[in-house]
Amino acid sequence: MLNIEQISKVFYPGTVNEKVAIEYIDLRVLEGDFITVVGSNGSGKSTLFNLIGGTFPVTSGKITLNDKDVTHTPEYKRAFTIGRIFQDPTVGTAAKMSIEDNMITAYKKGMKGLKISLNNTKRAYFKEELKQLKIGLEDRLKDNVGLLSGGQRQALTLLMTVLSKPQMLLLDEHTAALDPRNAQIVMDLTTEFIEKYHLTTLMVTHNMQHAITYGNRLIMMDEGKIILDVRGEEKKQLTVLKLVDLFKKIKHQEYSSDEDLLAP
Amino acid sequence: MIEGIFVDGLIFSIMVMGVLISYRILDFPDLTADGSFATGAAVATISIVNGYGLLAAALLATLSGAVAGLITAMIHNKLKVPGLLAGILTMTMLYSINIRILGGRANVPLLKIDTLYTKMPEVFSFLPGPWALLTGTLLIVFFVKILMDLFFRTDLGISIGALGSNEQMIISMGINPRLLKIIGISISNGLIALSGGLLAQYQGFADANLGVGMIVQGLAAIMIGEFLFSTNKIFFITLRVIFGAIIYKALMFLGRYYGYYIHLTPSDLKLLTGILVILSLIIAQTRAAASSADARKKAIRRNNERRKGLNEEKNNA
Ligand SMILES: Nc1ncnc2c1ncn2[C@@H]1O[C@H](COP(=O)(O)OP(=O)(O)O)[C@@H](O)[C@H]1O
Ligand SMILES: [Mg+2]
Repeated sequence: MLNIEQISKVFYPGTVNEKVAIEYIDLRVLEGDFITVVGSNGSGKSTLFNLIGGTFPVTSGKITLNDKDVTHTPEYKRAFTIGRIFQDPTVGTAAKMSIEDNMITAYKKGMKGLKISLNNTKRAYFKEELKQLKIGLEDRLKDNVGLLSGGQRQALTLLMTVLSKPQMLLLDEHTAALDPRNAQIVMDLTTEFIEKYHLTTLMVTHNMQHAITYGNRLIMMDEGKIILDVRGEEKKQLTVLKLVDLFKKIKHQEYSSDEDLLAP
Repeated sequence: MIEGIFVDGLIFSIMVMGVLISYRILDFPDLTADGSFATGAAVATISIVNGYGLLAAALLATLSGAVAGLITAMIHNKLKVPGLLAGILTMTMLYSINIRILGGRANVPLLKIDTLYTKMPEVFSFLPGPWALLTGTLLIVFFVKILMDLFFRTDLGISIGALGSNEQMIISMGINPRLLKIIGISISNGLIALSGGLLAQYQGFADANLGVGMIVQGLAAIMIGEFLFSTNKIFFITLRVIFGAIIYKALMFLGRYYGYYIHLTPSDLKLLTGILVILSLIIAQTRAAASSADARKKAIRRNNERRKGLNEEKNNA
C-alpha cells in the first residue's frame, strides 16, 4: 500500500538553523494495517506524516503509494488516496460555511464543476450519516461549522474524511486537543470507521494505552528515526510498562554508545 | 436626483460584488480592482465607439477584467508573491494598458452614440426618463445577482467559499487551491470591469483614472451592508451588498451636496470613506469581542447549572 524508502527531511539546510527532522527512514505499510505511532515531542512524527501526505518535499528518498511513485506528487493529488486529520479541530473544516456545504465539498474528491449537487436527497443522506456520530449534528445542517465545539468539529472532520473515500488515514494526535469525553467519542468513531471502510491507518498518539490497545503494529520514533517496531503477537503482549522499559533500554544503548564515541 | 443615486449605487454594487468575492469569500486582498474597473470602462467605451454592439461591449469588458484577475492570480501562484503585491503589480501595469486601450488618451467620451443608457428610455418608454434608467439598471443588477447566487451554490462555488475559509481543507479534498484562486479572482475582476463598463455608459465617458480608490469604497459598502443584518446565505449576502452599495453612494452624495455646511469639499470624501472603513472595523471587532464574552458567560452559566443539577441528583440519592 505505502512504501517509504530511505526518506530524510532537513529543514533550512546549510544555515545555522539546519535541522534534521527525519533521518533515513524505511517503512512498509500493508493494506489493512493499523499502525500506532509514538515518540516524544519533536521526534519527527508530524514531519513524517507531512512527507507522506506531501505537505512539503522530501530531502531525499522515495515514497510509493499503491506501487506508484508519488515522491513528487503534489499534496492535493495524494489526498485522493490519503485522508488526513490533524490535532487542531479547525483545520479539517471550513468555519465560515454550513455543515451541508462542508459535506458537499467532501462528498467527492477532486475539482468541482458547475453542477448544483446539494439537493434534498443529498441532505437526507448527510443527515443519516451525521446520525451515526450521535452528537446531534443531524439537525444542524444549515449551521455554520464555526458554531460547533472542538469535539463536534473533529467528529465532523472524521466523517467528511471517510465520506471522501480515501484508502488510507493519517491521524496526527487527532484527539489530543479534546476533553476526555469527546476524545473518547472521536476515538470510538475512528475505530468504527476504520473497520467499516477497511482503511489502512497510521495514528500518532500521546496516549500510550491507546497506542497499545489499537492497531496491529506500533512504531516508536526518536530524533527522526524509527527506534522500535512491534507487531502481531508481540504487540498484543505489550503493556505500558514494557513499552517504557523498551524505550529506556534503547535510549540507554544509544547514550552508552555516544559515551564510547566521546571517550578518548 | 434620487433615482440618480440609486442608478449610481446599483452600478457600483456590481463592482462591490466583485470585491466581495476576493475580500470576503476568497479572503484574498486583491487590489487589481483599482485598475480593472477602468479597464472595463475603457474596453466597453472603445467597443461601443467601434460599433461592436452593446452586448459585445459588456462581454468584452467583463472578459478584460477576468484576464486582469487571471494575471494577478498567476503572479501570486507562480512567483509566490503575496496577493496584495500581485494586485498592486497588475493594477500599476493596467494604468498604462488602459491608456493604450483608450488610444493614447486618458479620456474618451461616448457622444452621439447609442449606449445602454440611451437605449433604456426607448425600451422603457412608458416610464419617465430617470425611472427608465433605474429600471434598466435594476434588471441588469438582478441578473448579475442571480448568476452570483446560482454560482455560489454550485459545487465549484461552494468549494471557492471553502477555500477562503480553510485552504488546507480544500487540499485535503483533492482540489488544487491555485486553480480555485484563479477562477475566483478572475470572476471577481470580471464583475468589477463590467461595473466599470456600465459606469462609462451611464456617465458618457471612460477615464483612465476611473478606478482610483475603488477597493476602499467597495470595502466600505460591504461593511455598511454587514451592519444591516447577519446571514450566511449567499442570497442575502449579495442582497446586503446591493443595499450597502446604495447606502454608501447616498452617504457620499450627502457629503458632496450638504458637506459644505461643515466645510467639507469633494476631495475630503476619500478621507471620509477611509474613516468609515476604520470605524466599521472597530465596531465589528467590538461586536465580536462582546459576543464571545457573551458566549463565555453563557457557557459558564450552563456549566454551573449542570453542576447544580448533578449536586441535586446526588443529594436526592
Ligand atoms: N515546517 C518546519 N520548519 C522547520 N522545522 C520544523 C518544521 N516542522 C518540524 N520542524 C522541526 O522538526 C522536528 C520534528 O518536529 P515534528 O515532526 O513536528 O515532531 P513531532 O510531531 O514528533 O512532535 C522538530 O525539531 C521541529 O522543530
Ligand atoms: Mg506533532
